[in-house]
Amino acid sequence: MPYRIRPEDRIHIGDFRDRPLSPHGPELQRILNAMRDTPLEGRYILVCTKPFREWKLARHGGRKRPIEILHEHVFTSREEAEWAVFRMRWKEITGEDLN
Amino acid sequence: MLKLIGYADRFSVAPGETIRFMVSALEDQPYQAEIVRLIHGDANPEGPGFKSEKVPSGAEAAHVGRRQDIRAGSWARVPFHLRLKDLHSFTVAAMIWPTTPGKGRQGLIGHWDEEALAGWLLEIDGQGRLAARVGDGRAAVEVGSGVKLHPSHWYLAAMIYDAAAGTLTVIQRPVTAYGVVTDDGHAAQAAPAPLIPDCAITMAAVRSGEGVGCHYNGRIDSPRLIAKALPPERLEGLFLQPLPADLTGSILAAWDFAQEIKTTRIVDAGPEGLDGEIVNLPTRAVRGWNWDGSEHCWWRKPAHYGAIHFHDDDIYDAGWQEDFRWTVPDDLRSGVYAAHLWSGDAEDGTEEDYIPFFVRPPRGASGKVGRPRLAFLAPTASYMAYANDQSHIDAKDAEMVIGRLLAYQPSDVFLYDHPELGRSLYDSHSDGSGVAYSSRLRPILNLRPKYSSWLGASGSGLWQFNADTHLTDWLESHVREPFDVITDEDLHAEGYELLRPYQCIITGTHPEYHTVRMWDAMKSYLDLGGRLMYVAANGWYWRIAFHESLPGVIEVRRAEDGIRTWFADPGEYWHSFTGEYGGLWRRQGRPPNMLVGIGFMAQGFDVSSHYRRQPGSFDPRASWMFEGIEGEIIGDFGLVGGGAAGLELDTAKYALGTPPHALVLASSEGHSDLIMLVNEEFGVVPPNLRGSEHPDVRADMVFFETPNGGAVWSTGSIAWCGSLSWNGYDNNVSRLTGNVLRRFLDPRPFA
Repeated sequence: MPYRIRPEDRIHIGDFRDRPLSPHGPELQRILNAMRDTPLEGRYILVCTKPFREWKLARHGGRKRPIEILHEHVFTSREEAEWAVFRMRWKEITGEDLN
Repeated sequence: MLKLIGYADRFSVAPGETIRFMVSALEDQPYQAEIVRLIHGDANPEGPGFKSEKVPSGAEAAHVGRRQDIRAGSWARVPFHLRLKDLHSFTVAAMIWPTTPGKGRQGLIGHWDEEALAGWLLEIDGQGRLAARVGDGRAAVEVGSGVKLHPSHWYLAAMIYDAAAGTLTVIQRPVTAYGVVTDDGHAAQAAPAPLIPDCAITMAAVRSGEGVGCHYNGRIDSPRLIAKALPPERLEGLFLQPLPADLTGSILAAWDFAQEIKTTRIVDAGPEGLDGEIVNLPTRAVRGWNWDGSEHCWWRKPAHYGAIHFHDDDIYDAGWQEDFRWTVPDDLRSGVYAAHLWSGDAEDGTEEDYIPFFVRPPRGASGKVGRPRLAFLAPTASYMAYANDQSHIDAKDAEMVIGRLLAYQPSDVFLYDHPELGRSLYDSHSDGSGVAYSSRLRPILNLRPKYSSWLGASGSGLWQFNADTHLTDWLESHVREPFDVITDEDLHAEGYELLRPYQCIITGTHPEYHTVRMWDAMKSYLDLGGRLMYVAANGWYWRIAFHESLPGVIEVRRAEDGIRTWFADPGEYWHSFTGEYGGLWRRQGRPPNMLVGIGFMAQGFDVSSHYRRQPGSFDPRASWMFEGIEGEIIGDFGLVGGGAAGLELDTAKYALGTPPHALVLASSEGHSDLIMLVNEEFGVVPPNLRGSEHPDVRADMVFFETPNGGAVWSTGSIAWCGSLSWNGYDNNVSRLTGNVLRRFLDPRPFA
């Protein structure tokens, strides 16, 4: 069964915010696996617009539609992008706004 | 997106030889070209940065660009023959196994001119049903079976034209009958006598003008052309071996795809010898309609392997027009080079391209004397295996596997939009079947300097070709050791003699794919006193085959087990190119441990870790390597995942052939939980596969002496070379590698 994120998982949010690209403990990893195990169509991806210094958020089209670049979401680090997408996914799954 | 893409007619070119470049300027724009020596392809500002040197070449010029396209999709053609004109009543039949009958119109077999509305054609129509059509040059008449074909089921497919009655019949007859499934259909309709066009017979596509379209996905087995209208109840007889005597007299063509499987020819066993050829390498040596499991090897029972699997995204040779060529000067030193093309200076790299190639030593006797002591064996077979890898575009789990968002480069976005560039050996075709062949005669967007791969761990994100420039940069910029570059294709062609001149061979970061000739050559080199620095992991893993007559294409059969992104079907474990059994070298009695002392054990693509010295490093046989190195920790830094141990990891395993005297010098530790044991290491799935739990999730660095004074040093990590340049090349990974290199270049025997 896919894991369903629960209210008590909130205690792991800070760990991800502080170190999004470092190894994670099993409980945080389970949350991330659940967030990442979604259909390709509509999935958030990044498109590198300036090598090693700028990425834009985009949506995968499942190869049925072109990749949609969301030009208003611009990041200057991979960590910043990870945290932004984590918040978006958290909101989509739980309804809770982490801003 | 990308404005320029191109490819060369070869990877490896010797002084005095000419290399040709084919370019597509996507906006028909002019572009500039030059030849450069590539030194460091990693543009990460945390490292030395991108480095290349212009080579005065005479190729510097402005070029009139023009767009060139790729027509992907495999098919077969049989040249026009006058006997084909002389048809009145006739029957066309084949066994078919359609994999995507619902994708739209697909040609099966036809002597048909779409524009002229002339000839005959058996096809799958836009509703996923078998259909037949004839045209008299003025209009076409089509009749459909009325019932849909099920994907991946065998059918007898036939069309019968009865000239006397003026009727066209289509018959769709499933091989396997189910109780309540209705996929058995037939229909007939009045139709004029077809006007037979003066063009080729086409299989697995529909001819239109000078080209083909409506490519078919699936298998075709034993197509037949009979010069009379057979009664429908006699159709099965066409597929009996041998043919019933009363049918042989009316056979006009009986193509037997089980003949000449290693070639691109298709053979007609009928009276006219209407042989043809396949285009864009559909997969051969696949199970036919009558395969029953009694034999799993195609050449032992060819009668069960009479099918060809066609794909609408197969590509062998893009076939572009040449844009320019360059003859390599006789005095140019061996190395990694590229044709650099540009039509602008966009920061995201979309207005330039690099087409890499390798200048090898001269061929023949002159290339064997006066060479540098060191050669870099560029793993071009592995580059080809990964060519245009689209796992990050099509694989649902890719983000989970790497543990971070997928970051597409502009060339990834381009590939997303242009699947006709062809796939890698890691991908599946559009119909879900595995990609068994990969060619270099097409633009390969991930075989480029400046390219960051989705697989290459946090940081620089390099993988394969570009990651190997970490090594060649270190050789050129830091230790300043002259070296030759030789490639897998050279090694396959020339064997041990290619390696013989060198005191030491150094690998790329991930030399995963080898033919038996390449394997034997390296074993001979080591047994005869050669030295090998394996600065890599997951090497000598898959067995492959090069085509025996076509240049630049390899085959893999993902048989039995191993880390596999697709599975070869039962009965399809033997290469079509050579007849050799495919799969892991480990499953063929030749684990990599026998060559390099270690073998694939774990993989993960998030972050890398460090090594800790082990007791073997203090043994006098090896302690010289660690001169000038303080402390126990090695490589807790780097551009690839932040450490020298990462991505894929090898360990010593004596039961698999690690030599008994091999010293384990250092082992990595502290890996993340996204690095896990590889599946060929377990039968029952254990609960402790992850890096923080399983003791075998580590890299072992080993050293051992070989007969006749040689030696092997293996690092066991793909990430190793990403640490060489850290801190201005002043670090313990660089020092250790340098110590080994110096000693390995010293001719004094090891034992």
